[in-house]
Amino acid sequence: MAQSILFLAHVSEAGGTLPKAAHEVLGAALKLKEQTGSRLTIGLIGENVEPAAETIAGCSAERILGVTGPDVATARYASDAAAAEALCRAAAADLILAPATSRFMRVLAGVAHRLNGCVDTHVTSLDVVNVELCATRWYYRQRIEGVIRRDGRPWIVLLESGCSAAWAGVAARATIEKIPVTLPEAARRTVVTGIRAPKSDAQTIRPDAGLLFVAGAGWTKKQADGKPHVDQAETLILDFLRASGASLGGSKSLVDQSGESQAVLRFMTHLNQVGQTGSTPRHPKGLSTCCHGEEPHVVGWRFINERRAVNLDPNCGWARGKADVLYVADAFEVMAKLNALLLEKSHPKLEPAAQLA
Amino acid sequence: MTNGYHIVVCGSIVPDPLQTLEPLPTPSGPALKNEMMLPAILDPWAAHALYEAADLAARVAGSKVWLVSVGPKAKLQQVMMTIAQRVSFEFVPVDSSASGFADAHATAVVLAETIQHISGLDGSRLLVFGGWESASRGAGATMQLVGERLSILDQFQGVDKLNVQADGSFEVLERIEGGRHQVSTCLGPPVLLGWATGDLPEPRNNPQVGMANMRTVMPALQRAKSVPLPAAGLHYLSASPPKQQRQTRVVKDLTPEQIAHEIAEWIGK
Repeated sequence: MAQSILFLAHVSEAGGTLPKAAHEVLGAALKLKEQTGSRLTIGLIGENVEPAAETIAGCSAERILGVTGPDVATARYASDAAAAEALCRAAAADLILAPATSRFMRVLAGVAHRLNGCVDTHVTSLDVVNVELCATRWYYRQRIEGVIRRDGRPWIVLLESGCSAAWAGVAARATIEKIPVTLPEAARRTVVTGIRAPKSDAQTIRPDAGLLFVAGAGWTKKQADGKPHVDQAETLILDFLRASGASLGGSKSLVDQSGESQAVLRFMTHLNQVGQTGSTPRHPKGLSTCCHGEEPHVVGWRFINERRAVNLDPNCGWARGKADVLYVADAFEVMAKLNALLLEKSHPKLEPAAQLA
Repeated sequence: MTNGYHIVVCGSIVPDPLQTLEPLPTPSGPALKNEMMLPAILDPWAAHALYEAADLAARVAGSKVWLVSVGPKAKLQQVMMTIAQRVSFEFVPVDSSASGFADAHATAVVLAETIQHISGLDGSRLLVFGGWESASRGAGATMQLVGERLSILDQFQGVDKLNVQADGSFEVLERIEGGRHQVSTCLGPPVLLGWATGDLPEPRNNPQVGMANMRTVMPALQRAKSVPLPAAGLHYLSASPPKQQRQTRVVKDLTPEQIAHEIAEWIGK
């Protein structure tokens, strides 16, 4: 059972705040603190952590530690590992909870090794069972759910976003203990030079969207007239994304086409791929189109609560208990009508009386 | 870079994604039902790492690729029949468990020790490649642990692109949130890269490459050491497939307009 918990977080790219996922992990850490009577320490990494620290200083943490400065302004393995290691040693915690952000996913396994501890990632819940702390996570790409416990300490646990209620207390004045970290020259061989968005007409991946829209390879296949209509497919999909604010996903067969010199949707990249070898996004709803719903793709839908699909095949995978509703229809026709409806809703026609006025 | 790179790719095997997986309790933790009977493939992200390694080695003279695989010997042999036809590499197998339930820490120890014992490997030219996550354990932790054991401080995860610059430095693109890439430059080897999909297509089977590889693959398999993976304080309380099965409503008799109305209403709720 944990005697001391370290909540570890880094400031967001913009600085000044913590990522949303960090607030969720803080919520989980506070819940665990209550259950086990443990002490809670906060550890923050960033060029300047004070504004972020103030947003969470109202929680009942005993200490707030920080590693700050230009060396940890960007997400670089060598400096982040040194910073996280220093915070963990200063906190001397048995359990270290952190959000599964790309920055921490890169670095915390290495930190566990340095601390002679252990690490588990993609954890979806932490529970106390028979006075033992247990973590739940998925194996084989969301096909088997396992519950584990570990003897080793410190135990670093990276929690997935969307699995815990975010802490939402009031801001307070923060007293931060600065932990000094001196980087060797060998830790400065890498320099982060910037962020690059994928080549696309618009940003199509929106992690906070309420809807995931998945396009399958059917969009680029021959249609009823014997010809593919890729340009029309692109227009329909992009119009829908604009009107609905949905995040775009793709099946493997569709995103692979770009490497096979076939007709492709130009905005679709491997980053959009959902499924066994792609991402497992978290959205309340998901709408699949022109996709057969085979198991390797649908494992990427594990965390999509409400699922609907549009497909011409009534016996596709979606019909076999993988979607709530399967519409057997031509997605080109349905999406054209749907876009018109959404456009109408966002720009409602004026009532006759209003027109007169 | 005039002498070329020494590229070690860490890649294990996983059950073919189309197979149904059923966990079974065993005295040493969970296992998959009929695991040895399930057709296996090279772990998909590790396969991308291997293709990227082969592509880089082909572009930089003097480079060499090793593939280090931890898995049951018989299954490794089966997978090599396919993979060995795609790109050239020297195979370094370790006869052990490829289970997703094995501990990442234990697997990392085996991988790191195996890499350290590769004959003729030059640490100053070393690039360690692997998938950023496996399709079995899916932890995204093993490669970092291997890197720490090899004292590699320049590590990158979710890599989609590695560009070798004129001065020998690397430009690396790593996946981050929101479908974007973080761009970094690194002075050069040694580095560790956990690959995402990269941007290369799957190479076509080439029987000549297969013939050349198999001359070393079979003897390597025969020499492969059997290594147990300790649980190292990891205990499984349960392992079970998800129970949720939806009652799908199949709608066949609505017009596209009616369907659009229904979807629009559902989206708006």
